[in-house]
Amino acid sequence: MTPDTGTRGTKKTGVYICKGCGINDALDVPALKEAAMANPAVAVVRTSDAFCLKDSSLISQDVDAEGLGSVVLAACSPREKADIFRYSASVKRVNLREHVAWCTEPNSPGALTLAGDLLAMGIASARFGDPPAPYVEDHEQRVLVVGGGPAGLSAARAAAGAGFEVVVVEREAELGGFWRHLAGDFPRSFGGAGPVSLGALVEELAATKGVDLRTCCTVTSITGQPGRFAVLLSGPGGSEEMLAGSVVMATGFQAPAPGQFAHYGLGSVADVVTSIDFEHMAASGNLVRPSDGAPVHRVAIFACDGPQDGENVLHLGAIGTKIALKQAQLAASDAEVFVVYEDMAATGLSELYYRQVQGNRNIFFVRGRAKSVSQTPSSPVSISIDATVLARELSLDVDLVVLQVGMVPTSSPVLSEPVSLHLGYLKGENLPVHKGGYVDSNFVCFPFETRRTGIYGAGSLHRPGSVSEVANDGVAAALKAVQVVHKASAGAAVHPRVGDLGYPRFFMQKCTACGRCTQECPFGALELDSQRHPSINPNRCRRCGICMGACPVQVISFPDYSVEMLSEMQKSVELPEDDPEPRILLLACENDAYPALDMVGINRLRYPANFRVVPVRCLGSVNAVVVADAIQRGYDAVVLAGCRSGEDYQCHFIEGSALLGQRMANVAETLGRMAIEEERVQVIETSISDARRLPSVLSSLADQIAELGPNPMKGF
Amino acid sequence: MGDDAAVPLLVVGGGIAGITAALEASEAGTPAIVVERSTHLGGRVAQLARYFPKLCPPTCGLEINYQRLRSNPDVTVYTDSTVLGLAGSPGHYRATIERRPRYVNERCTTCGACSSTCPAERPNAFDYGMSRTKAAYLPHQAAFPMRYAIDAEACLFDECGRCVEVCQYGAIDLHEQPVSIEVEVAAVVLATGWDPYDASAISNLGFGSDPDIVTNVMFERMAADDGPTGGRILRPSNGSEVGSVAFVQCAGSRDRLHLPYCSSICCLASLKEAALLAEKIPTASASVFYIDLRTPGTYELFANRVLSLPNLQATKGKVAEIRRTASKDKLEVVADDMVLGQMTTTAVDLVVLATGMVAAKGGIQEGWADAFGFVEAEIDGSGVFAAGCATGPSDVATATLGATAAAMRAIGVARAEAVAR
Repeated sequence: MTPDTGTRGTKKTGVYICKGCGINDALDVPALKEAAMANPAVAVVRTSDAFCLKDSSLISQDVDAEGLGSVVLAACSPREKADIFRYSASVKRVNLREHVAWCTEPNSPGALTLAGDLLAMGIASARFGDPPAPYVEDHEQRVLVVGGGPAGLSAARAAAGAGFEVVVVEREAELGGFWRHLAGDFPRSFGGAGPVSLGALVEELAATKGVDLRTCCTVTSITGQPGRFAVLLSGPGGSEEMLAGSVVMATGFQAPAPGQFAHYGLGSVADVVTSIDFEHMAASGNLVRPSDGAPVHRVAIFACDGPQDGENVLHLGAIGTKIALKQAQLAASDAEVFVVYEDMAATGLSELYYRQVQGNRNIFFVRGRAKSVSQTPSSPVSISIDATVLARELSLDVDLVVLQVGMVPTSSPVLSEPVSLHLGYLKGENLPVHKGGYVDSNFVCFPFETRRTGIYGAGSLHRPGSVSEVANDGVAAALKAVQVVHKASAGAAVHPRVGDLGYPRFFMQKCTACGRCTQECPFGALELDSQRHPSINPNRCRRCGICMGACPVQVISFPDYSVEMLSEMQKSVELPEDDPEPRILLLACENDAYPALDMVGINRLRYPANFRVVPVRCLGSVNAVVVADAIQRGYDAVVLAGCRSGEDYQCHFIEGSALLGQRMANVAETLGRMAIEEERVQVIETSISDARRLPSVLSSLADQIAELGPNPMKGF
Repeated sequence: MGDDAAVPLLVVGGGIAGITAALEASEAGTPAIVVERSTHLGGRVAQLARYFPKLCPPTCGLEINYQRLRSNPDVTVYTDSTVLGLAGSPGHYRATIERRPRYVNERCTTCGACSSTCPAERPNAFDYGMSRTKAAYLPHQAAFPMRYAIDAEACLFDECGRCVEVCQYGAIDLHEQPVSIEVEVAAVVLATGWDPYDASAISNLGFGSDPDIVTNVMFERMAADDGPTGGRILRPSNGSEVGSVAFVQCAGSRDRLHLPYCSSICCLASLKEAALLAEKIPTASASVFYIDLRTPGTYELFANRVLSLPNLQATKGKVAEIRRTASKDKLEVVADDMVLGQMTTTAVDLVVLATGMVAAKGGIQEGWADAFGFVEAEIDGSGVFAAGCATGPSDVATATLGATAAAMRAIGVARAEAVAR
């Protein structure tokens, strides 16, 4: 028998209450069973000493025999035993263990009421567990790589190696990017290119079936979505359209604006050059004074890594130090070299390279900072250095000064002409950037995530690096590109809700075309159609539900997650006028706050049994109506627990908790007009490691709400 | 593409690099087998209080990864296990895995009855020995898998057996034997990670001779909310809250007698620890002694923010000696201040040694290791790749980046094999 997955509200539900792990000792299971049986939506109720063991099969038998459409499992946290509780019917978990039995006073009236409320909410939500039908369209396997430098070429090689077609688009006439201009490299163990030369790599790719290398070619526009991007290219033969499943952006770096280095004489003193100029000079074997072509006997290399170098240090990275070392070595074959630095950032194994260069008798390291650089009649460049370790000022006449200017990612808005993919997205044509102009959106844990699904940065768009470092980055970006195509072909979400098949649906008849959902979506998944209604690109969507939270008329829902579902859940709880204790709805981010609350239970710490915890995908998915309705129905408070927002945001969906904050400010205003205390709605920043802190936070919240007295809306 | 590539990858090590490699590969259609020597995934990062530069808890990203694992049938995880051998060639490797007894099987519900009744104790390795657990213990509050384990070193076994009696779920078998598991894999990702350098080898820094001299990894546990002190920074000698802390950089690193290389993350880790100190005890002072502050790229923004903390003093200079003050109530840090050109003495309550990273030992990676124990990211033509700190000291972002690259290279080998079949 196939499960009944029909219309909402007619779904047959089975309720399974586990007695194990202390639930039976702490709660009144027979009373819970009775309450569940009284619910007209419920067809079967069973209890067990441990559903996670052999009794799991009772549930699957019921699903088949009774034709259950949904299973409500009142047991442990949904973070436990998910592999066991998998049935053809949808599963809703009610967390009686961590969120009641393990964290409240056993058999206290509060705990018993809380357990009953959570079970009622779980049963109410069961109606909304429609197994989502995935979005599947004809999809394209091809990977588009924009940029033919070491990162792009390596990405292409890796994707081709995994059996994917690849198109590489390079705007210059030759492939290789800055790799072509490099003068010498680091030893391989210090991040050098290794055995593969540019020529060999290009030759290999040219001979690889399914790899299409385009030079003098640029991207004019990209529309569509992962699995089916429509790409417009402009090349020597005119413009051309093609489809691509995903995009790797490996457009490399540029030099920063020279004005940033004016205080070092760049632009005014002829023999002051940048590290990029120096590579060109050394590569062409032309290491002479630019001013007069005379040989160079003394060179100063400024690491430009001090506090006075501002933005530049962001773009130097550890590679900036290695380049300084390498260039010192190159120059030292014919000259004395002075390396002026603040902190020699030869991290990791590069320390050994630093050691090696320190052994060169022609190279002198001066810790300090350059104070002045000028041209004098006697010398091409006269410099003075505030040498901090020598505790004195050092004056030197040199033939050439080399400034380590770093590598500014071509995605950076500080550039006068950042490279654009010309995305045909309502939210802008560029890949959004974060600190330093780099494109990663979830730095530290997930460095390849960006805010445009299916478009991944590689190489200098993540961080400055050597040829082999950016090549490695390209290989990794290729994985993400291949992965998104794989997922899109099944209509499944990528990071972080990997595999989720549901995506938002719009009840367009009620849409007011306000456009807020399209603006708030952090991933640019929504476009506007000709009537200014939102149109979803499901494969761009990360399933966070921020659009659902944003919509002022609540027309956005997921098959298994909706405003209606959250409302029904809160409505399933009875709120008597003579409630002995405050009833508080706690909407918790499922990624951080919810697990933190689990850990309170795991540690057997206690907090008052006032909080009805409901997991939400992201605080950003909470619609103001859910909160306002709960207060109007008589909940004594609504608490929203979610991740840190702002510059160092921890929100997995970038802006979710920040957007919620704004919405709640509006809710507070509404409450104020109704003469309801604004303390009844509170947002608490909660991190996943807050288990020890939460009991006291929640206790004082409960006290605070108790002091306000019952919500005056109760009983209305 | 993808679904036909049924030959899995073997990922050796279940720290952040190994988890990342396995998940990224499997989500791209190539299954993975993760072999982790300890009782749980997460490796060293699971023991950190916070990450730099965002001061966010590692559990946050780990939980996302665990969530991905929970719903992913294409990743098989073996904890308490070691890869003993690898035979074959790229595309056709056969790995022998030994799974040691954990004495608690997957029937465990985490109810905790075993631990409550257990009479034996063990030093808690997760807290670097700064706390104790029962012999039947939960590795930590956010462990994956969330399952108890029994420490064979501490358990009384048949002399006791109380846990077997109280476990209502039949989850404990004190007679469990090691199991040998053979798997066929196409390619291998070595993500065997790192261990802290043995600080007691640096005799002038006094570790082991004074309880108030701790290592950076110990400080992470002290600062962790789920650590031995619940996140309070206390002097181990007397349990009082610290008023001043010295962070001694390059404790072993950049030192020919110890580790000639730089351990890459210690400058940032110490600045982070100083920031945590300031967050927890705003009046406490921090003194950082360094040779070079290595905080490259966008990390500079974080470093500058920490360096401008009012109670933080950073001194360029190597620490020569750490000793008790005459009155014995404090520690004295003697350093060669390179800017002032003289020796300075700073009295503090607690000293944190920024001990470096050494490559983890005792695994199959040693077959490819260099003199320091590190492995190249790409071992040409072998179908064996490495990532994370197995390749050299690195931060978390570099480790996950390298893991993703290693996964892609391994996928290439697996796909070529799938096509050939």
